[in-house]
Amino acid sequence: MDRRDADRYKVLTRRAVLIGSAQIGLIGVLVGRLYDLEVVQASKYKLLARDNSISLRFIVPIRGRIFDRFGAELATNRRNYRVLLVPEQTNDVEATLDKLGDMLPIDTEQRRNIERLIEERDAFIPVTVASHLTWKQFASINVRIPSLPGVQLGVGLTRHYPMGTELAHILGYVGAPTQKNVQNNPLLELPGFQVGKSGIEKQYDLALRGKAGYRRVEVNAMGREVRELERNNGTPGSNINLTIDVRLQSFLSQRLAAHRVAAGVVLDAATCDVLAMASVPSYDPNDFVLGITNAEWHRLNDDHRHPLNDLAITGQFPPGSTFKPVVAMAGLECGAIQPDTKFFCPGYYKLGDAVFHCWKLGGHGLIGLQGAIEQSCDVFFYNVAHRTGIMNIAHMARRFGLGSPTGIDLPGEAPGLIPTPSWKEKALGRPWEPGETLIAGIGQGYVLTTPLQLAVMTARLSNGGYGVTPRMVRNPAVMAANDMPQSLARPTHTPLGFNRAHVELILSAMKLVTSNPYGTAYDQRITEPQFAMAGKTGTAQARHLKIRTIGLGRYKLVPWIERDHGLFICFAPEDTPRYAAAFVIEHGGESSRAAAIAHDVMLQAQLLAPLARPAASGLYGVAQETS
Amino acid sequence: MDDSFTHEPGNLPLARKLLVVNWGLVFLLCLVGAISIAMLYSAANGHMRPWATRQVLHFAEGFAILFAVALTDLRFWLKYAYVIYLISLLLLVLGDVSGTIGLGAKRWIALGPVQLEPSEVAKVALVLALARYFNGLPIDEVVRMRRLLAPLALIFMPTLLVLRQPDLGTAFLLSMIGAAMFFLAGVRWWKFAIALALVIAAIPVGWHFLHAYQKERLLGFLHPESDPLGAGYHIIQSKIALGSGGVFGKGFLRGTQSHLDFLPEKQTDFIFTTLAEEFGMVGGLTLLVLYALIFAYGFAIGLSSRNQFGRLVALGVTTMVFLYVFVNIAMVSGLVPVVGVPLPLVSYGGTALLTLMFAFGLVLCVSVHRDLRLPTRGGGSGSL
Repeated sequence: MDRRDADRYKVLTRRAVLIGSAQIGLIGVLVGRLYDLEVVQASKYKLLARDNSISLRFIVPIRGRIFDRFGAELATNRRNYRVLLVPEQTNDVEATLDKLGDMLPIDTEQRRNIERLIEERDAFIPVTVASHLTWKQFASINVRIPSLPGVQLGVGLTRHYPMGTELAHILGYVGAPTQKNVQNNPLLELPGFQVGKSGIEKQYDLALRGKAGYRRVEVNAMGREVRELERNNGTPGSNINLTIDVRLQSFLSQRLAAHRVAAGVVLDAATCDVLAMASVPSYDPNDFVLGITNAEWHRLNDDHRHPLNDLAITGQFPPGSTFKPVVAMAGLECGAIQPDTKFFCPGYYKLGDAVFHCWKLGGHGLIGLQGAIEQSCDVFFYNVAHRTGIMNIAHMARRFGLGSPTGIDLPGEAPGLIPTPSWKEKALGRPWEPGETLIAGIGQGYVLTTPLQLAVMTARLSNGGYGVTPRMVRNPAVMAANDMPQSLARPTHTPLGFNRAHVELILSAMKLVTSNPYGTAYDQRITEPQFAMAGKTGTAQARHLKIRTIGLGRYKLVPWIERDHGLFICFAPEDTPRYAAAFVIEHGGESSRAAAIAHDVMLQAQLLAPLARPAASGLYGVAQETS
Repeated sequence: MDDSFTHEPGNLPLARKLLVVNWGLVFLLCLVGAISIAMLYSAANGHMRPWATRQVLHFAEGFAILFAVALTDLRFWLKYAYVIYLISLLLLVLGDVSGTIGLGAKRWIALGPVQLEPSEVAKVALVLALARYFNGLPIDEVVRMRRLLAPLALIFMPTLLVLRQPDLGTAFLLSMIGAAMFFLAGVRWWKFAIALALVIAAIPVGWHFLHAYQKERLLGFLHPESDPLGAGYHIIQSKIALGSGGVFGKGFLRGTQSHLDFLPEKQTDFIFTTLAEEFGMVGGLTLLVLYALIFAYGFAIGLSSRNQFGRLVALGVTTMVFLYVFVNIAMVSGLVPVVGVPLPLVSYGGTALLTLMFAFGLVLCVSVHRDLRLPTRGGGSGSL
């Protein structure tokens, strides 16, 4: 062996023995310590473990309430008596549940759910067995509590929606968090804790939830509380003020309810704040809070009219002739037509071998822009579309807010569709055909819009061309706390850069729609001159939807109805527009039925005049409106 | 004359290497691993999720690494010791710059999908680097002061980086590992005395650099009962868990302290309390005996190696694991302050486990190549 290595091996061996001995000694210290704690002092620590342990328990924060723009309560919290079971405090979960079952109606499905929760969660976390007890049930369990180990009675708060079906789509509802939400958030595991599942409740869930408080309590080894040491009540959720006027909302819902499937949106034309937005059929969100039955859930889900969907933001329809103002703006702004351009309408338009018909068989004769909007001449707009080109039309439609979600603070908004040749190439793998530009020019074919988008488009037109974004909530602080974009919290009115004369030309044409006896909505005009509304009718063919919307949307064609969709967009008062609106009746036949709704709603809006008096600001909210 | 030996054993065929792997040590590691899975299952209230399942996967990966390292030529690790050390330093710097903050300290960096704790890697890298340095240094050179400047720098660089995070426990472990390696290499006794005196003198200065939570933990250790809801909480609850276990424990899955969530970090640093609560003194002693046997294997392998590099690696790794075990158990039983050191092979955590398996792979590698002789470079050329 290498001599040098032998030297250092000798040193290393000697020192390794020293280190090894030290390690044995230190392990001995550990053994001694364990002996001291676990044998000598064991009885002391056993006592401590049994009697004197400190635990942290959460306090569920009170969910923020929701008000309308004038402070009317739309979502609130109600007292709710319930029975809880702490699994580890009962020896026999089955027997306890059986006993409770004698006093309360617990069906097998509920029972399975309870047993699943007990299986999944920590044994010391209480599981809700039944809630919304009547006082009699509550009292009868209360007297039997001594013979029911692990059973606790609690008073909780439950969400309540006084407006029921009328605001269901906007407010949404709350429910127990799913297993996916619960992960890594013990707060969500607490019995009775609810999170927003749709609508405003979902969109602003973080702000509404508040911050959990906690209590430090002494508990014994069974986890039962001995006494409370410290308490922090947490922060209740922020209250929210909506832009909605609940009176107008009620009126709109009731007016729409006469139809099978319909939606309507009324906006503040200047700011795009949503004053009323409704969709029928609807559902009662209170059913969900109370724990919806499977049968009811299936009934709602299987209904072909989709009561759970908010048609106003998720329904995608061809806009039909309500799209014509956009096409006219596109033509004017890019110079393809002049304000005085006229075309001859023989009742059809020929492009190559293809013939495109006007809705009026005999044709409109020589007709200008105003007349074409007033009487909704299709041939005029075939000409405009042909000259303007699909790219210019699509660009203009985007400036009006079509073809992508408007950015409203509600979840699940549909984007609609503004077709372009490159879109078609990608989506359908076929090239764009010239005739499709003409079809798009009258708002048919691939073009799809939501009722909200149509209302926003009308608002942007009637306010003189300002790019406003619709919003539901009036508290900037709440919006910021919930990570909503700054642009929504403090709206800016960016001009869209339209030629003012062009806008005025189209607005005056829309006035003719209701004021000229030849106008398509003359019969539905508002006769009181100070409330007069201007608008544009639209009829969208539903028959071809099936073919045209393959792969595009959720919209399902129902075989038993092949009637067209009726649409109407409008603003009022016609000379100084304050209210902009859009109404759609699915399979509503003629547009006149939509215009009839518009007549009633727009008149009511101006009578109620929500924009004429100041909205409640911060009075009802924790978060103050600071703007 | 030295060079002629380097061509000797070393190049065994793979099958032969597998036979000479120290299977006793592998078996002990498996036993401790089984205890780990059982305790993580219990810490999750009798569920495989979230920890036990993933720990099984970590062990599977760990054993793959272990065998890969064990079957590699020892000279490979000698050759790349400094490279590994530099990489570990780089990771520490990266962690310092971009690390995510966990529990008040920058300890983690994300390497693609993998969360890496650079300070874990640094410990093994330090052992490798020091072993390589002293492998090239005969005993008459080791006693010279100027020969010690380079290895001191090897210790200080990672230690200071870890202190910046700030992670007191790891910094302490790193310097202790370094000291042990110096000691084994043959550095004179009186130099350790001086170093110790310097450290004691530096304590009052160092106190000012501590974070508030670290001061709290240290003070809480000295007077736990003064603040039962604050800094002393961990220690009191942990001691109650241990003490209430008694001789035979409360039984598997029956520990009230851990299951009622009195214990923080019950799946990582405080996992020993769950074991001692549920299996009592008997359970705790069993684990300690298993550890002691692992250390014994480590020492035996180190002392039977024919090359200084292998001896230092085996003894260095063994000492490192011992320090982990001692500090962790002393910490949870209230003997030393809570510093955040996991219980090796038992605590939940990917990087720590994989690094340990890598380290044990090195020990096995030393064992496989015990007859390999490496040259001691004579004279003036210390190899840095």
